[in-house]
Amino acid sequence: MATQADLQSVPALLARNATRYASLTAYREKEFGIWQAWTWAQAAEEVNAMALGFLALGMERGDHVAIIGRNRPALYWAMVAAQSVGAIPVPQYADAVAEEMAYVLEHCGARFAICGDQEQVDKVIEVQDTVDCVETILYLDKRGMRKYDHTSMNWLMDVQDEGRAARQRFEPELKKRIAELNYDSTCVMLYTSGTTGKPKGVVMSNRNIIEASKSSSEFDNLTHREEILAYLPMAWVGDFIFAVGQAYWAGFTVNCPESAATMLTDLREIGPTYYFAPPRVFETMLTTVMIRMEDAGATKKKMFDTYMAHARKVGGLILDGKPVNASDRMKYRIGEMLVYGPLKNTLGLTNIRVAYTAGEAIGPEIFDFYRSLGINLKQLYGQTEASVFITQQPDGEVRSDTVGVPSPGVEVRIGDNGEVFYRSPGTFVEYYKNPESTASTKDPEGWVATGDAGFFEEGTGHLRIIDRAKDVGKMANGALFAPKYVENKLKFFPSILEAVVFGNTRDRCTAFINIDLTAVGNWAERNNIAYSSYQELAGHPQVLEMMQGHVEEVNESVAQDPMLSSCQIHRFLILHKELDADDGEMTRTRKVRRRIVEEKFADLIAGLYEGADQVYTETEVTYEDGRKGAIKATVELRDARVFDTVAASVAAQ
Amino acid sequence: MTVEQREQVPMLDTQTEGYVTADGRQIGGVVMELKNITLRFGGVVAIKDISFDIRHGEIRAIIGPNGAGKSSMLNVISGFYNPQEGELIYKGYKRPQMRPYKVSRMGIARTFQNIALFEGMSVLDNIMTGRMHHMKAGFLSQAFWWGAAAREEAENREAVEKIIDFLEIQAIRKTPVSRLPYGLKKRVELARALAAEPQILLLDEPMAGMNVEEKEDMSRFILDVNDEFGTTTVLIEHDMGVVMDLSDRVVVMDYGKKIGDGTPEEVMNNQDVIDAYLGVSHD
Repeated sequence: MATQADLQSVPALLARNATRYASLTAYREKEFGIWQAWTWAQAAEEVNAMALGFLALGMERGDHVAIIGRNRPALYWAMVAAQSVGAIPVPQYADAVAEEMAYVLEHCGARFAICGDQEQVDKVIEVQDTVDCVETILYLDKRGMRKYDHTSMNWLMDVQDEGRAARQRFEPELKKRIAELNYDSTCVMLYTSGTTGKPKGVVMSNRNIIEASKSSSEFDNLTHREEILAYLPMAWVGDFIFAVGQAYWAGFTVNCPESAATMLTDLREIGPTYYFAPPRVFETMLTTVMIRMEDAGATKKKMFDTYMAHARKVGGLILDGKPVNASDRMKYRIGEMLVYGPLKNTLGLTNIRVAYTAGEAIGPEIFDFYRSLGINLKQLYGQTEASVFITQQPDGEVRSDTVGVPSPGVEVRIGDNGEVFYRSPGTFVEYYKNPESTASTKDPEGWVATGDAGFFEEGTGHLRIIDRAKDVGKMANGALFAPKYVENKLKFFPSILEAVVFGNTRDRCTAFINIDLTAVGNWAERNNIAYSSYQELAGHPQVLEMMQGHVEEVNESVAQDPMLSSCQIHRFLILHKELDADDGEMTRTRKVRRRIVEEKFADLIAGLYEGADQVYTETEVTYEDGRKGAIKATVELRDARVFDTVAASVAAQ
Repeated sequence: MTVEQREQVPMLDTQTEGYVTADGRQIGGVVMELKNITLRFGGVVAIKDISFDIRHGEIRAIIGPNGAGKSSMLNVISGFYNPQEGELIYKGYKRPQMRPYKVSRMGIARTFQNIALFEGMSVLDNIMTGRMHHMKAGFLSQAFWWGAAAREEAENREAVEKIIDFLEIQAIRKTPVSRLPYGLKKRVELARALAAEPQILLLDEPMAGMNVEEKEDMSRFILDVNDEFGTTTVLIEHDMGVVMDLSDRVVVMDYGKKIGDGTPEEVMNNQDVIDAYLGVSHD
């Protein structure tokens, strides 16, 4: 049996799993309509053959290997195979345009690029015009690749076959290289999406990944029996921790969907026990359920409404193990049979033991909806530099407005300016080729600045995050300006997809709103409102009316908080286009890039502050194939009612 | 020689040499030759004395203004119409008058201008019908799902799944066709035609009524099919840009007559073709 000291790298964990969990399923992928499975022993053989193939191709220690594609077992194997020969995998966002990819490839000096399919190969070839570090391209899906010049290109499966053929030649070298790996060798390099400036390469050691995976697996008692669906971008730290770190540590099964479009079907078929999704996914799921319930017959609708009301009352308490009287328990159990069970089954959430959401604030109603169904949805707070985990909510202490207590092994402190700092074994090694940024983020004692402002709640010891520290500003009258706080309140409305609030150093706040096409489109259908495009729907007077109602509701609730009541929105508009990562307005993880939005729509912001009723604007957009075009629109600007702060009225009494 | 025996004859015609396309594909010998075809409906002459050939592995387009007789031509190839004059030589043998299902059995599959799918059936079932000629199990065996029938179904399902993967329609595998948008239905139709593993694929306006993005997707699939399976493709299309980009050789028809035949460049510079499209008075 391998001892703790031997398990200092991902390939070492794989070797352990290949014996300990030899005949248990390690990977599953739906292909040709059937779930194909690989046991740990088989997966180890595949990785081994690939690593031998990489040696045959001349992959050296310290080489960077770009991995570009959607989640597929072979690409996960490629990462571990690269680690095995001492190279460093650099997974990238598959939907990145060639320009973004060029920066990353050049910055890390990738010698090898492993692509999922022709689309990714084309991007790398395009990049090769300007970046000359990429020597070899390997690809996984053969389709459409026949005509390409293969002098420096190869099918990944052929590389594996070459590796198998050269087993005797390279096996000793491979063993030597795996043995060289230890806790301090680099495990993976992940690029942060960066809401400001160019992405930074975060270097993570085996210690970071394995320690973080180990303590988080123990925190939630993850075992080899878990099933996860790997559908989040491979370039994102969470996917690496869940589908590689924790999966290898605990020995559980990683399931890869057939394609992005079949994700929900695959989710149902797999029924994961451990699940992570950003709030948006939970939001979309809930919106879909609600829209479908609108179409249901009267009896079903009545039943759904009755039992959901009951679930809201006691579901959360039952999940938390709080006392609930017998008749309510009985009614909940009937509800489970009639409504909650079938609903969870439809959503593919029946087997969930632990589900997490993070990245953005989740609306309390959405959060409570899932918890009331008996799904153990929790929040965590983390970032790439921490190997995900900074704080997590322990079972039984789950609330929508906190992000939990420090994860095991993580120390957290709040700086003088309210910024959150942490230190943990998962803390990253450095930013690649960027000592200044490393020094400004991580101090010599290992404390890392998160860039988020927050505080520990009295009594419970739970952390609450207010906003990005740099986004928190002051208004002209000196009041605190926390845009995220207001934006989140707006985004909790299902019809609002995104909101951007302005007001730093100004005398009042204004907002941009993006409507949610699914929710608003459905509403339009029900109200016989015809529209032909997003733009038309966004400009419809009745939609504006509805948004005005939402904004005023938010103002009323913001007014309750004396500290933030100046953040009430005085004027707003509905943007004529959806904010999009392809246009640089958002990061690939869908966080708004405030400065870029401010620059790009400067004319609209000026209009909001000058008091104009209408503004004509032209906006450049990038299509999926990289071509550019322009959207022209006349946007209507509206005033919203603001409320007196509660504190003021209390003082008056 | 019976039809069944003819199927066994190797398909390549070695008498004529092939050519190499601009993008470096080797085009083989003649697979099908149409000689002096004339088709009449009563007094109306739909096709007047047309001759051309189709070579192994090429993408052959038939273009022309509305009512030029393109679809009739395709129907002649698929055996749906029987021309009054002329002969059709397929794989080196003259093809006698034949029912369309027999033509289909000889390796010619098609899609239709107006989608002809089974609306109530799922995408998967629709594509499975394309495998009809590959299923040999008897009625009883199929009814009781026993022995050869079960084995055959699995084999055919595998072939169909490869096509589903190829055309990227996994997400709609179990969706009834009636619920699909137009562009996807067209893709399902192509899938069904491909499921028959045809040697000649006939596409009747595969891109009619599509938006630019759908057209681009469809063009890519047509090229990929040709590239991956080496399927000889005959297509009718109105979108000139698409035709010029996709096809290796083009036949131009107008009022039932052939007015041009050659590479896209040759055809584009042909005065008769320009007249037919821009419109001049016909004598």
